[in-house]
Amino acid sequence: MNIIVCAKQVVDVGEIKIDPSSKKPILAGIPQKISDIDKNALEEAIRLKEKHGGKITVLTVGPADAKERMKELLAMGADEGVLVQPPAHADYHVTAHLLAGAIKKISAYDIIFCGEASIDLFSGQLGPRLASLLHIPQITYAQQVNAEPGKIISEKNLGDKAITIESPYPVLVTVTKEINQPRLPSLMAILASSSKPIHEWAASDLAPGHLEPKIKTLDIKGVPMQRKNIIFQDDLDQSVGKLVDELAKVGVLR
Amino acid sequence: MVLVYSDDHKIALELLHKGNDLAKEQHKKLIAVSIGQEGNAKDYLVHGADQAIIVETPIHQFKAEEYTTILEKIIKETNSETILIGSNKNGKELASRLAGALDAGCIIDATNVYLKDKHLVAERVVYSGNAIAVEQFTSHPQIVTIPSKVFEPLPKNEQHKGELIKKKIDVDASPSKIVKVHEMKSEGVNVEDATIIVSCGRGFKKKEDIHLVSELADVLKGRTVGCSRPIAADLKWLSEDHWIGLSGHKVKPKLYVACGISGQIQHIAGMRDSGVIVAINKDPEALIFKSADYGIVGDLYQVLPKLTTAIKEKMG
Repeated sequence: MNIIVCAKQVVDVGEIKIDPSSKKPILAGIPQKISDIDKNALEEAIRLKEKHGGKITVLTVGPADAKERMKELLAMGADEGVLVQPPAHADYHVTAHLLAGAIKKISAYDIIFCGEASIDLFSGQLGPRLASLLHIPQITYAQQVNAEPGKIISEKNLGDKAITIESPYPVLVTVTKEINQPRLPSLMAILASSSKPIHEWAASDLAPGHLEPKIKTLDIKGVPMQRKNIIFQDDLDQSVGKLVDELAKVGVLR
Repeated sequence: MVLVYSDDHKIALELLHKGNDLAKEQHKKLIAVSIGQEGNAKDYLVHGADQAIIVETPIHQFKAEEYTTILEKIIKETNSETILIGSNKNGKELASRLAGALDAGCIIDATNVYLKDKHLVAERVVYSGNAIAVEQFTSHPQIVTIPSKVFEPLPKNEQHKGELIKKKIDVDASPSKIVKVHEMKSEGVNVEDATIIVSCGRGFKKKEDIHLVSELADVLKGRTVGCSRPIAADLKWLSEDHWIGLSGHKVKPKLYVACGISGQIQHIAGMRDSGVIVAINKDPEALIFKSADYGIVGDLYQVLPKLTTAIKEKMG
């Protein structure tokens, strides 16, 4: 079974600080990591490989330094990596075409795994876009995956309902964070992974013609959050009394 | 043309309001599409659509592959440039696949959509609720998904006349197959429509203690209990319909009471639009207090019973 896992390098959103005057996020110098849910995608791929054998390729569209982060994925259990550096202006359209180009070059695959969304921008757009470009079926929000010869059976989480879907290969599956607990690589695995290859493919070889983004970002604004921040922390009975008075005053106790 | 589609009727009506504004501003027509829900199509006309297209199809279950083909054909036939899709889970994967098929720009979960110098601009929350990205489309067609309650529906206007069109569309069946649909464990709560929500987080020591939250919710006449991620996703003390946050539900009640919730940005992203926010936490440094109007620093096991009693007395 040949599996491709798409993984994205993102800023560690937990480390983002807000500029107190502009209220904008400070993104420069923030540590980078592989988006958490992409590790769930890889974990699922590794579990299938352990059962059925095969090969796992991790595919990243990102800057040169993403190579360092990809090593962690190889240590977890991927067999090899492919890194494609995007042009200076890349949106989902550009990235999806580069991924599709790289996947066509890899050519032999049964399953593509993606995270349901990346933790930085949380669009969840890339998986379905990619499936569309490759003309293959998609199963999104997977909370459970079983692979059998000839078909995959997966449970999609729709919030109020779970839908069990069966699909032949090749298929693209986006997984939720709840599907599994990604493993931490052992020291041995980390050492062994240094011999696993990461290929670097040029964007210009993968996508037809000149890829122009369809969207441009005009601004990353701060979020206005003006709250009163009235905190009571003395005597408990007094605090409760004051809070109730305030709530009555602003008219929410009706 | 501006085209609106959602399998959620309420969202469809909300999108029609925005669609109507965008269409008028550009002297374009507003089209609403209904796939296998004929009854809804008439409603679209009295809520602002110039045309309601009823797609006649043997398909009766949603599959993004097939719905993409249907919308792709309609968009090309009607020459629609702006496509607004309701941002539920089906809508998001549909919009994204459609964007791939049309090589179109797509913005998911827009909280604001407007024209600026004749270009469509959409805003969306990014970086776990820490920032808003302002994105502009540079080509047509352009696809935006919009969550429920971002816009109000237009009032019903029985005088508004529009065209009802039935259309047969052939679709190649997707090779995937839906084999089972089952209801997930749910307590049938709808936090998104609640006007008062009392929420619990990791500050609770065991599942049985959640009654403290429901009792407060009851006296507030809100009766709606919410929770943060660990309670629903990890501990599973409450079903996912209670879960408020970035990957759970986004809510905007007039009063939100967060009990024992630390205030991770992912949780804040789900409740930041609430009217009045109250936080109860024993840690005076808890992040939640930065996002609260009122807070009590104290042990929730002591605060909640006192607060419930005090509110009961106040409300008489």
